[in-house]
Amino acid sequence: MSRRQSWAGWGAGIATALMLVLGGAGAQAQDADPSAVIRIGSLYEPQNLDNTAGAGQGITEAFNGNVYEGLFQLMDDGSVEPKLATDYTVSDDGLTYTIKLQPNVTFHSGDPLTSADVKHSIERVTAETSKSSRKSSLSTIESIETPDEQTVVIHLKERSISLPYNLTYVWIVNDAAGDLTTSADGTGPYKLDAWRRGSSISLVPFENYWGEKPKNGGVVFNYFTEATALNNALLTGAVDIITSVQSPDSLAQFKDNPAFTVSEGASTTKEVLAYNDRVEPFSNVKVRKAITRAINREQLLRSIWGEYGTLIGSFVPPTDPWYIDLTGVDPYDPESAKQLLSEAGYADGFTFTLDTPNYDPHPIVAQFVQNELAKVGIKVNINIITANEWYTKIYQARDFEATLQEHVNHRDIVFYGNPDFYWGYNNPEVVELIASAEASATEEEQVEKLKEANRIIAEEAASTWLYLYPQIVVSSASVSGYPVNGLNSQFFAYDIVKRAQ
Amino acid sequence: MLLRLLPGDPANALISVGADEAQIAAARRQVGSDLPLAQQFLHFITSLARFDLGTSFVSRTSVLDEIMARLAVTVPLTLLSFLLAILIAAPLGIIAAVKANRWYGAAISVISQLGIAIPVFWVGILLVTVFAVNLRLFPSGGFPPQGWSAPFEALRALFLPIVTIAIVMSASLLRYVRSATQDVLGSDYLRTARAMGSGFGEALVRHGIRNGAVPVVSILGIELATTLLGAVVVERVFALPGLGSMLLLAIEQRDYPNIQGVLFISTLLVLLIGFLADLAQRLIDPRLRERSGDRP
Repeated sequence: MSRRQSWAGWGAGIATALMLVLGGAGAQAQDADPSAVIRIGSLYEPQNLDNTAGAGQGITEAFNGNVYEGLFQLMDDGSVEPKLATDYTVSDDGLTYTIKLQPNVTFHSGDPLTSADVKHSIERVTAETSKSSRKSSLSTIESIETPDEQTVVIHLKERSISLPYNLTYVWIVNDAAGDLTTSADGTGPYKLDAWRRGSSISLVPFENYWGEKPKNGGVVFNYFTEATALNNALLTGAVDIITSVQSPDSLAQFKDNPAFTVSEGASTTKEVLAYNDRVEPFSNVKVRKAITRAINREQLLRSIWGEYGTLIGSFVPPTDPWYIDLTGVDPYDPESAKQLLSEAGYADGFTFTLDTPNYDPHPIVAQFVQNELAKVGIKVNINIITANEWYTKIYQARDFEATLQEHVNHRDIVFYGNPDFYWGYNNPEVVELIASAEASATEEEQVEKLKEANRIIAEEAASTWLYLYPQIVVSSASVSGYPVNGLNSQFFAYDIVKRAQ
Repeated sequence: MLLRLLPGDPANALISVGADEAQIAAARRQVGSDLPLAQQFLHFITSLARFDLGTSFVSRTSVLDEIMARLAVTVPLTLLSFLLAILIAAPLGIIAAVKANRWYGAAISVISQLGIAIPVFWVGILLVTVFAVNLRLFPSGGFPPQGWSAPFEALRALFLPIVTIAIVMSASLLRYVRSATQDVLGSDYLRTARAMGSGFGEALVRHGIRNGAVPVVSILGIELATTLLGAVVVERVFALPGLGSMLLLAIEQRDYPNIQGVLFISTLLVLLIGFLADLAQRLIDPRLRERSGDRP
C-alpha cells in the first residue's frame, strides 16, 4: 500500500516531501546514504534460525518482516495489514477464509511463491514437532486448500476472529527448502548473508524483492551478552542502534548527549508477580488483593526505571485493543491490605517462597516485594533459580507458591482463560469469555468480551502486575526510520536510513 | 554426567511461555532428555568413539564446526596474550631479581603483586573506558563479521583483550621468573662461571637463563592451559565469540552436546600443551633428555 507508492516517488525528487508526510524524517532523508549498512546492537542472539524450532525472540527481531514475511504483518503501531495476502474474504459463518496472494513474489532462492508454499508454511507451525508458542492459537484450522497457485482457502473448526493476527507469526517459507535452522529462504526485502554464531547476523538487500526496496544497503545484527559492552559499542560508534535498552543506569550517558537519540515506545513486556492460584493461601482472592495493595508499585517502577515505564492494573498493556485503565482497582494501601489479610484469616501473616529468576530485574524486584510485605506481616523467602529451572520447576511441574516472570507477548490475556496454565487461575466465567471472544463475529464483540475478562482478572487480582517495562531504543543521531514500539520483539530494518558521513 | 543432575532440562531452551504439554514432550524427545541417564551417556560415548561430537540441541549445528569457528578467536587470543605476557614478564622478572636492591627492582615486585590482586574483568573495563570509549583507538568489543578475512580489523578487535589478559598473566609469570632467577643467582655454577672470568651479564645469559627457564616453562604450560578457558571473562567483557562464551551459554541452556564437545576439545588441547611444555623442557635442558633415555 502506501509503502509501495512512496517507493515510486523515492529518488525521483519528491521523496523528500513524501518522507516528511510519512515519517517526519525528511531532514535526514535528503542526505541519506542509500548504500549505508546499518549496524544494530542487540542482546538477543537467536538460538537457531527457525521460529518453529525454538529459536527464541531474537529470530523474530532479526527475521520478521526483514527476511521472512507473513500473509499478514503486525505493524509497529499494532495494526494488522495484509502483506503477502492482497485481499481476503470471510464466509458468513466465519469458518472459511479465502486469501489471494501477492503476484510475482519470488523466494531468495529464485522459486516463485505459490499457494503450496503457504499451505506448507502454516502446516509447519501446527505440525507435531513445532515448538512455536503460537501453535495452539492456530489449532482451530481444520484444513487448507489450494484451488490455484494464487489462492489459499483456510477452513476452520470454529470461528477465529484473530486468524489474520495469528498469521502474522507464520513465516511463509519455500516448501522446497530443507532444514531452516541454519539457513533461510524467505520472500523478504533482505536475504541472509551470514550468521556468525556468538557474534552477528548480516542481511543484504534481495535484488528481486517484490515490494519497495530497503532504504539502506543492508543490516548487521551484532550480538552482545553484556549490556555494558553493548552500550560501549554504541558510544564508540561500533553500532548505530540498540534495539532494546535493558539497563536503566546506562540511559544517562545517552540522554543529554546530542549525538544520540533516545526514544521510548510502547512495550508489551509485563513484570508479573504470579501466584500459584491453586494452593493456599493464594487460592484466596483476599490474600492476592492484600498483597497487591501492600506493594507500592509506583515506587518500585521509579526506583528501577526512573521516569520510564508504565503502571498497569492488569495483564493487558495499552496497545492491546481491550485495554482499560484498571490501576485504581487495588491501589497501594497497606492499611486495607492488613484488613483484607485478617478477613482472610491471616491476621498474623504467613510465610511463602518466591521463586526468582536470577537475571535483572527480578532479584531487585524480589527484595522490594520482600520489604513491602514484611510491613504487613508476610514473610517472603527468596529462592533464586535460573531461567532454565524456571521452565522445569514452575512452568511444567507447577511446584511453586509464587514467582516473578516477565511476560513479553502482545495480546496474551488468553493465558488467564486456560485453567491449565502454570499459574492455575480458574474462573469459569473468564474461561468462557475468552473462548467466546475468539469465536466472535465482529471485532467489537471480541473487544467487549475481552474487556470484561480483563476487568474480572483485575478485580480478583489473578496475579499482581507490577509494571509494564519501557521499550527504549537508543540510536546515533545520524540514523532514523526505525520502529520504536518493537511489538512482539519485531524490528523492521528496511526503512532505516543513515546520514551520509 | 554430574551436570545432568543439575535442575533444568535442555528442552527448556527450545520452548517459550505458551507451549503446551504435547510441545514440551516433543522437545524432550528431540533432545533425548526423556531417556534414562545411562542410555544418554551410552549414546554419547559411542558417538565419541566415532569422533562424532554430535549436533547442538539448541542450534542444531554441528558441535565440531562451531568449536572450530570459536577456536579461530580463542587460539589467537590465547597465544598472542601469552607471547605478550612472556615479553613483559621475562625481562622484568630478571631485572626484579638481579636489581632487587635498587628502587626499580623493588617497584616491579610490588606492582606485580598488585597485578595478581586485580580481577581481570576490572582491567578489561578500565582499558575499554580509556582506550575505546575516551580515546577511540580500539573497538570496545565484538569481532568483525568477516572474521580473519579482515585480518587488520580482527587484530584490532583482539588488541585490548590481548593486553588485558597479558597484564594479568604477566603479573603472576613475573613472580615465577623472578624467583627462578633468584635461585640461579645463588647457584654454584654461576659463581663458578664468574670465577672463570665471565662477566656477570654474560654468565647470566649463557648459564642462568637456560637453567632458570626449566621451571618457568612448566609453569607456562599450566598458565597457557588455564587461559584457554579462563578467557571466558575477557570474552564476555569484550563480546568475543570464543570457546569460553560458547561453554557459558551451553551451560545456561543445558546444551549437553556443546558442553561435552567444548570440554573434550579443551582437554585435548590442555594435554597437547602439557606435551609441548615437556618437549620444550627437554630441548632446553639436556639432563632431562638423558635421564629419561632408554635404559636396559
